[in-house]
Amino acid sequence: MDLQNLWFVLIAVLWSGYFLLEGFDFGVGMLLPYLPRDDEERSEMFQTIGPVWDGNEVWLVTAGGATFAAFPAWYATMFSGLYIALLAVLFFLIIRVISFEWRSKSTSPRWRRVWLWANAVGSFGASLIWGVGLSNLLYGMPINSNGDFSGTFWDLFNGYTVLGGLTVVAIFAFHGATFLTLRTTGDLLERAKTASKQLSVLAAALGAVFLVLTVVVAVNRNDKSVFPPVLPAAIGVAALVLAVVLVYARRWAWAFTMTGLGTIAVVVTIFTSLFPRVMVSSTSAVYSLTVSNSASQHYTLAVMTVVALIFVPLVLLYQGWTYHVFRARVGGRGGEPTH
Amino acid sequence: MILASSTTVDLARAQFATTSIYHFLFVPLTLGLGPIVAIFQTQWHRTRNEAWLRLTHFFGTLFLINFAIGVATGLVQEFQFGMNWSVYSKFVGNVFGAPLAIEGLAAFFLESTFLGLWIFGWNRLSPRLHLATLWIAVVGSWLSAYFILVANSFMQDPVGYRIENGQAVLTSVWALLGSHWAYYAFIHTILAGLTAGAAVVFGVCCWHFARGRNVETFRPAAKVALIVLVPVSCFNLWFGSHFGILVTSLQPMKISASEAQWDTCSHCAFSLFQVGGFTQQDQTPSFSIEIPGLLSYLSTGSFSGTVQGLTTLNDDYKANYGPGNYMPPVETIYWSMRGMAYSGSFVALVALVGAFLYWKRRLERLRWFLWVGVVATAFPFIACIFGWMLTEIGRQPWIVQGLLKTDTANSPAVSTTWLVISLAVFVTLYVVLLVLDVWLMRRYAGRDPKDAGEEPAGAAPAPAVGY
Repeated sequence: MDLQNLWFVLIAVLWSGYFLLEGFDFGVGMLLPYLPRDDEERSEMFQTIGPVWDGNEVWLVTAGGATFAAFPAWYATMFSGLYIALLAVLFFLIIRVISFEWRSKSTSPRWRRVWLWANAVGSFGASLIWGVGLSNLLYGMPINSNGDFSGTFWDLFNGYTVLGGLTVVAIFAFHGATFLTLRTTGDLLERAKTASKQLSVLAAALGAVFLVLTVVVAVNRNDKSVFPPVLPAAIGVAALVLAVVLVYARRWAWAFTMTGLGTIAVVVTIFTSLFPRVMVSSTSAVYSLTVSNSASQHYTLAVMTVVALIFVPLVLLYQGWTYHVFRARVGGRGGEPTH
Repeated sequence: MILASSTTVDLARAQFATTSIYHFLFVPLTLGLGPIVAIFQTQWHRTRNEAWLRLTHFFGTLFLINFAIGVATGLVQEFQFGMNWSVYSKFVGNVFGAPLAIEGLAAFFLESTFLGLWIFGWNRLSPRLHLATLWIAVVGSWLSAYFILVANSFMQDPVGYRIENGQAVLTSVWALLGSHWAYYAFIHTILAGLTAGAAVVFGVCCWHFARGRNVETFRPAAKVALIVLVPVSCFNLWFGSHFGILVTSLQPMKISASEAQWDTCSHCAFSLFQVGGFTQQDQTPSFSIEIPGLLSYLSTGSFSGTVQGLTTLNDDYKANYGPGNYMPPVETIYWSMRGMAYSGSFVALVALVGAFLYWKRRLERLRWFLWVGVVATAFPFIACIFGWMLTEIGRQPWIVQGLLKTDTANSPAVSTTWLVISLAVFVTLYVVLLVLDVWLMRRYAGRDPKDAGEEPAGAAPAPAVGY
């Protein structure tokens, strides 16, 4: 495999890591207004993701940086083309990031409510837009011969991309609820289980429709054959259906594995459907950005490959260790931060 | 059309400047307060004296309140290159993207993950391991600063590249990572961060002393702050001026503009303050205070050194790059340089006097000086703002020195309307967050450290402090 293709795969891996990890902490965020009954339970919910959300978000930072380094033209066109969408993402992420550190800094109920909602709205909004944004890469955006976006904000919305946004929201919520079944205790745990069941069918149904449609869009609008996109799509559908079954069978750890797999399958299906293009132009197929016409030179990619080979395993190692350290359920005494 | 495009460039610049300056109010605090908190915790670990633990919690909280905004605005920084500067991004991506990506993989992951471990790991990790997580997070934040400054240095002094098909292409990653500019900028930035962190700790101590509260608790904190602040702030004054010599050799226009030096001179005097003399039409100040020979010394290392004048440099640039004006806004640069240098000198002076008073055991009782110490907290940040204005406005009209001009580098796809919307959103958000941040900082900085593990109101469930 040449380095350009390798980096296309690595960008997909980074987005998969981001969706897998931040997916559940977005899900927990979205459920904040619904699951807890009192302030103690709300704090417990924050604590389930408190130690890890920041590390999870770095997957996005790295995906952004890696796209900049490995595919400058892709980074430039995507970020300028999705301008207002990314502005909204930044807004949602900022209020959410701050809610983690600031909510506990006052006992005023109004202050705490504001930051709880900031987290919930931020989680929901960012999930929705990532879904809309990634599906736009495949569905096609008006991109001109210079490789610049030439449409309006509203061009980003159509049935497929909006479905993409809703699907990501639903899957993340399901993923988050299932995560909570592994990390909470008492009444909150029972409510997390109920939420996971309630969300499971919706998430699986939306996910299945979206994944099938993604293969259709790949064939119709991006000149792909049914295979290979159908492979990750099928795995995704199977994982989500299995997740529903496992949730009803009360096999929570396995269910969480399946929601994780389903989440990754969404990213992988979109990227497989894109390849060898990275952004489809709806103006003319020849204006589409491809792996080869947007990639950096060989030397940059070689340097980045060495860096990735050294640091990705290290990151996986210490992030994995973090999850091991905080594996215990939250509730009662224990993991309360002293700051 | 020309009007429209210059408006979009100006708006994009305004947005980048706003975000960068705002981001860099929080970054130095992360870089500087982190290690000081780690020193407190190390002291606790060594001595088992609870007083150090209280200080760790107390200043750790102040650290985290600000860290959050630093992280959030850092994300804006990364996205803005592609959002607002797509031509720039395509032009430099091969080179500039690499340190950004390496920063994520090698530094930011480390910082974020281990800070999470530190915040929540009090009861889950052994004391030694828990202490290590904070130091690792500090190392992560410093590494992060290095890689970001490597990226920035490419805009000031591009190295390790060649131009191919209208793009900058990386030819040597070692040349890029070994950029002299990056080394100087890194040391200067870390020292500025330590100055900011130590000044905040010292200011908080002064505030408590002035009100006669918790004097015993804060005395050791003031000592640590002064031990850091005195050498670091003084050394950074020297180092910053030494950095100036490198800048003179690489970006002579920036230095000449920062001195409003229109004509080439030797034995050049340094202007401490002047009225007028900032435009081509009015090159001679109507009033000025000068120190003979100092400018030559500061920019060349010799009192008789030659400093190129703006007019000469502009003619050289025209000969090299074609017609145009290659001078940055002189008056802004002149005052930015002085704003930075004078603020930094003030902090160093306060540190020296503070250390003297501490040594004479008079610090806690000299009320007027204590209030000076409180006010001095703002000055490292003012110095940082002016320092970055000098660095980035002084680079104009280039976005990458000598390679690409700012007014051709913005995103063609982004309309004026979008820019106005985004600028309004960011400015509103930044102002609201700054007001809340100051409110929180005041509230938490004024607490009795005995409550440091708890809410200020004391109503929250008290977590187990220690292990």
